[in-house]
Amino acid sequence: MINSPYIRKPASVQGVMLAVLTALIPAIIVYASQIAAVVLVNLAIATIAALAGEALVLKLRGRPLAPALSDLSAVVTAWLLALCFPPILPWWATVLGVLIAIVAVKHLYGGLGQNPFNPAMVAYCAMIVAFPSLMSQWPAAGQLDFATQLGLVFGGAREIDAIASATALDTIKTGLRAAGATVQSIMGEGNFGLVSGRGWEWLAPAYALGGLYLLARGIITWHMPAAFLGALAAISAAFWLADPAHYASPLFHLASGGAMLGAFFIVTDPVSGATTPRGKLVFAACIALVAYIIRSFGAFPEGVAFAVLLLNICVPLIDMNTQPRVFGHRGDKAR
Amino acid sequence: MITRLFSFKGGVKPESHKNESSGTPIQKAPLPKRLVIPLRQSIRSTARCLVAPGQRVLKGEHIGEGEGGLGTSVHASTSGTVVEIAPSPMAHASGLETLSIVIEPDGEDRWIDHTPLDLHSVSREEALAWLRGCGIVGMGGAGFPTHVKLGGGRGIDTLVINGAECEPWITCDDRLMRERAPEVLSGAMILRELIGAKQVLVGIEDNKPEAIAAMQAAASGLGDDISVVPVPTLYPAGGEKQLIRVLTGVEIPQGKLGTDFGVQCFNVGTANAVHRAIRFGEPLVSRVITLTGNVARPGNYEVLLGTQVSELLDLAGPKADTDRYIVGGPMMGTELQSLSVPVSKGMNCIIAASPALFPPPPPELPCIRCGACARACPADLQPFELYWFSRAKNFGKAQEYHLFDCIECGCCAFVCPSRIPLVDYYRFAKGEIWARERELQASDQARERFEFRNFRQEREKEEKAAKLAAKAAETRAKLAESGEAAAPAAETEDPKKALVAAALARAKQQQAAVTPKNTDGLTADVQAEIANIEARREKLNPQDADKAP
Repeated sequence: MINSPYIRKPASVQGVMLAVLTALIPAIIVYASQIAAVVLVNLAIATIAALAGEALVLKLRGRPLAPALSDLSAVVTAWLLALCFPPILPWWATVLGVLIAIVAVKHLYGGLGQNPFNPAMVAYCAMIVAFPSLMSQWPAAGQLDFATQLGLVFGGAREIDAIASATALDTIKTGLRAAGATVQSIMGEGNFGLVSGRGWEWLAPAYALGGLYLLARGIITWHMPAAFLGALAAISAAFWLADPAHYASPLFHLASGGAMLGAFFIVTDPVSGATTPRGKLVFAACIALVAYIIRSFGAFPEGVAFAVLLLNICVPLIDMNTQPRVFGHRGDKAR
Repeated sequence: MITRLFSFKGGVKPESHKNESSGTPIQKAPLPKRLVIPLRQSIRSTARCLVAPGQRVLKGEHIGEGEGGLGTSVHASTSGTVVEIAPSPMAHASGLETLSIVIEPDGEDRWIDHTPLDLHSVSREEALAWLRGCGIVGMGGAGFPTHVKLGGGRGIDTLVINGAECEPWITCDDRLMRERAPEVLSGAMILRELIGAKQVLVGIEDNKPEAIAAMQAAASGLGDDISVVPVPTLYPAGGEKQLIRVLTGVEIPQGKLGTDFGVQCFNVGTANAVHRAIRFGEPLVSRVITLTGNVARPGNYEVLLGTQVSELLDLAGPKADTDRYIVGGPMMGTELQSLSVPVSKGMNCIIAASPALFPPPPPELPCIRCGACARACPADLQPFELYWFSRAKNFGKAQEYHLFDCIECGCCAFVCPSRIPLVDYYRFAKGEIWARERELQASDQARERFEFRNFRQEREKEEKAAKLAAKAAETRAKLAESGEAAAPAAETEDPKKALVAAALARAKQQQAAVTPKNTDGLTADVQAEIANIEARREKLNPQDADKAP
């Protein structure tokens, strides 16, 4: 027998995932037109790998294929990874990263909704640790023609020095090691645009645009993007005001690396993130804090992925201690 | 009077589907062929039957006497003959049966003599007893006796009249307010007087402009302290606690009553029934009910209590593809298990459902912790956490996360993108917890009984020992007094030893007399046999016999 309620809002997991994919489109357009068109190929490779990997595991687990494949959650993971990886990453590395995310991080923990860690971020961290050099070869925006990009992705000879530059974050980080270098001098020489990497910096507003769409659709709440961007801006502003020669500006931090992608698409992953309103604020702000520390003082140029994983571990603790007040209860919270 | 409105968090906006049935005036349903009047009319209480088969009754005649604190009187809904008193199914999710009086109407619908009650000539208690005698219970659904809700009549500041009607499809309160606003407000004023409230707030969702206008017009002559307040249309604004929150800002926690916070709430239908009971002396024998959904003639009908749902549905004409019927609204209603159930005091709506109108839920997917349920929850709970705990049968944790604050309004399941039947999980968890508590209570009682038995046996033993000690002391005193004179021969023996021996012997004798034997109540043959055995044993052990004094 079916019990009440007998009516349901026409909402579905597929609808949620489709909205996320839609929200990524502005950034994909900017990426393909301004930076490297091969990202479209990478998106296709990642999507195929994700669906194939998901189908394989479902088969092994004896689960029905159709509901899980059509919920589009694997495609979201695939797209996020393709956008995180360098566009000239060889195809097999993209496939490997996607399989780590789908098979190891998602399905070995029980599939959709069960994974304690963000699959895309675990895969990203695994790849950057396993293939540090491949994972840090980024072309300058519009530097390579499409044929060269394709050649690199599908296994052409890699003349690394000729093609690879570094990300804006990387350039600043390594640049500051030289005696007498300042943020200003580095940004004056290198491949920089208005606030961050030339061309690359336009991804930030594109991601933000998609994020606003998700906010408007009610897919995400304001808590996490606001806390993440606010905390990142605040801490980078503090260091920058204290020593502008050795610490980049808040604007640079917000427009570089995975900040905007993270704020609206990574940190907001519901499965592995905090769920209470106050918990979301704490969770996202702490990610920003850890990410900034790694960016400024750690071994890696970008720290969002590691920060997300660190805070994923803390989610049960955060949720437990930030339970909202229940209707009619004054002050006492669920423990 | 301008009322500042408050809000509750969460809530959902399902399609209202009110227009289907709200357009036509309330029609009087024709006399049914048969009335089945359950003796269980108010919550947790069954009335005592006052009639016998074959007896003729008049409309409004007292046929069941309410029992206990929550009992209310039961009346014949029309004139006719009692043909049977037998168990019959009720409109309840479980399909439970209850003792019911079956009346065959005589077609005359003749009222019993009834007179109004002059509120000013009687005490408050008498007025409450009058309402109890008229069978007035809450008509919003739960069937809680109105005289009990009116309580002590002290410390109530605000009386809330609930005309929100937030469930989709239902329009019976809407039509009632449009057509009988003065009666509803008259009832509200009576309730106000009985409960001693300073102000009356009538809350109506703003998707019912006609009802609001009618009620405001009727209220205009009644003074400043009664106001008809449109509240935003947001399910479940008609939930008692939510409406009280919206109108007064007061949040009533789970397990507490409005009276603890100076607020009490009644449904508009109840107010109308109170008006009829006091101003005309009419017991509650009919109610307005919405027939809607997959029917040819949706609308509102004034129906005699006890009318069979199957007979009633003919008025609306269910369409061919109707596959089930929902009593109440689609958010909190229950599916009818049988159509041969009677209309009860709390039955506000019957929805004919078809696969097209109420499609079966799509397959359930895993929870992705998106939190849509938490944003929709009007009790500010974390429904997905409760779901995980209930699913894992981690009931302690579920209670810690305030499972029992859940009002089962269905908002969480309504918005869930994974279409998880969340409320089912909470019902399951609550049921399990209640079952465990009952079990625990039962085993507690058993343990207490056992412990008391042990304690009693221990106490009896001690009492016996004390008695024996006293007796021994007495004997010793006697011996000490008469010892030298009466028994000079005993001087050679140790007097102390003799004393102990005497006391022991007495004790033994007494114990033999007190201890119940398992040889009582046997047949003569068996007792003779036992006597034989005892005799043989004494022969074999003569020392035993010697020791006896």
